[in-house]
Amino acid sequence: MSAMIQPEAEWRAHLAQGRFMLQRSRSTGGHVFYPRIAQPGTGADDLEWVEASGAGTIHAVTVVRKKDPADSYSVVLVDLAEGPRLMSRVDGIAVDEVKIGMAVRASIISEGDKPLLVFVPA
Amino acid sequence: MTSDQGFPRGRSVIVGAATYGIGNCPGVSAVDMAAKASLLALADAGIALSEVDALYTSAPYEALGGMELAEYLGLTPRITDCNRTGGSAFEVYVQQAALALEAGLINCALIAYGSNPASNPPPGVGMTRQSPWEAPYRPLAPISSYALATNRHMHLYGTTREQLAQVAVAARQWAQLNPEAAMRDPLSVEDVLKARMVSDPLTARDCCLFNDGAAAVVMVRADRAKDCAGAPVHVLGAAHAVTHREISSMPDLTVTGAAISGPQAFAQAGVGPADMDVVMLYDAFTITPILFLEDLGFCPKGEGGRFVSDGHIAPGGGLAVNTNGGGLSCVHPGMYGLFLLVEATRQLRGEAGDRQVRDARLAVAHGNGGVLSSEATVVLGTADTL
Repeated sequence: MSAMIQPEAEWRAHLAQGRFMLQRSRSTGGHVFYPRIAQPGTGADDLEWVEASGAGTIHAVTVVRKKDPADSYSVVLVDLAEGPRLMSRVDGIAVDEVKIGMAVRASIISEGDKPLLVFVPA
Repeated sequence: MTSDQGFPRGRSVIVGAATYGIGNCPGVSAVDMAAKASLLALADAGIALSEVDALYTSAPYEALGGMELAEYLGLTPRITDCNRTGGSAFEVYVQQAALALEAGLINCALIAYGSNPASNPPPGVGMTRQSPWEAPYRPLAPISSYALATNRHMHLYGTTREQLAQVAVAARQWAQLNPEAAMRDPLSVEDVLKARMVSDPLTARDCCLFNDGAAAVVMVRADRAKDCAGAPVHVLGAAHAVTHREISSMPDLTVTGAAISGPQAFAQAGVGPADMDVVMLYDAFTITPILFLEDLGFCPKGEGGRFVSDGHIAPGGGLAVNTNGGGLSCVHPGMYGLFLLVEATRQLRGEAGDRQVRDARLAVAHGNGGVLSSEATVVLGTADTL
């Protein structure tokens, strides 16, 4: 029996080395995020790690409002060029300027001593 | 008549329904409240506690709540279920109880729930874990998820914040007719728009309450109902669909699983949206009734915002929606789905007082769980709809 992959641990190890990775099924060609042991829907378990292009488009946005407006932050859903959708945040732009359809690109920052995947305007 | 849609149409009935402790219920535990509502519903039905042989409950703070309530009530059920499809669990229970009653596995099902987060706040954050793929971005759970769906609906269909506010205002106007409702002060569209913005575009008044409440219903086979105290309400259809857990995995942010469960439940029932006299839709946030009106077929996709405008779902409007005041203005103790069923039952029995919908014969109760993740639709009718 081959060892089972460790989806989240392996993804975070890549992120810590500065790489935003997706999974791709060798047989179906479909990309998978979040990482798991098989492709949802097909059950294909021939997943390999591939580096994401980092290109994405804002699919939806909300702004979590804080008492001090400077503390308010965006929460977005990003459609990746490869297909999967994920939750993230847009940095480098005022929260009220983040709009559906905006082109963004991935950026790996450090937050609380941990690597974090965010997006910035493309 | 048994439909070919996988459901024993009309062959099981709700014969007892009750609420307890709505708004504020201090000094007791959640299971105390569920037990109290259970006894009230059984009394309403004229059925002894000892007859209950199936127990369905979703305890708010106890993962093993099914066993907890069985022990508390002194029951030895043949079915004990504590399902975790959030606020939709109770509509799922109606479906499961109907099938078990039809099969003869059970004879009397009790569906119960109690929770008092307002007067007895739980120590932890609840039984659900935060997704490691979403938590780092600090969405407010669950409002930011619903806000993202709202943002998408506004973008695609031109839905406005004023239209969202109309949902809250209609709920409040219904609540003013319900002495049990927790929030009965006047509320205007402007009040909703000017309330504190929490997660754009949803303000505090676009959000449901988080108060105390308990409810219960009792189900038996239709033939047994002849000996019961109250008029039976027949279960004509019940269907369920789960599409995801977290909002980032929702297949389409503006189309919920109600687009699956609704048509199936209506097909089982042999009736359609246009036949409904009373429409009970889980209103966790103002966007949810808009989505469900569309997905259940009351209006085309994208038209929900216009549909709820001009008082159309308020008292005196074209469609009676959430006549108890809903989760927005009556009660929402964390999982609201059972209150939808109680109100539909009261309306079909003609017990709804000042808010009674005249000659109500058919009702739909639609439950929602998670973040638009689990959708369950129950169609109910009076005996003359069989």
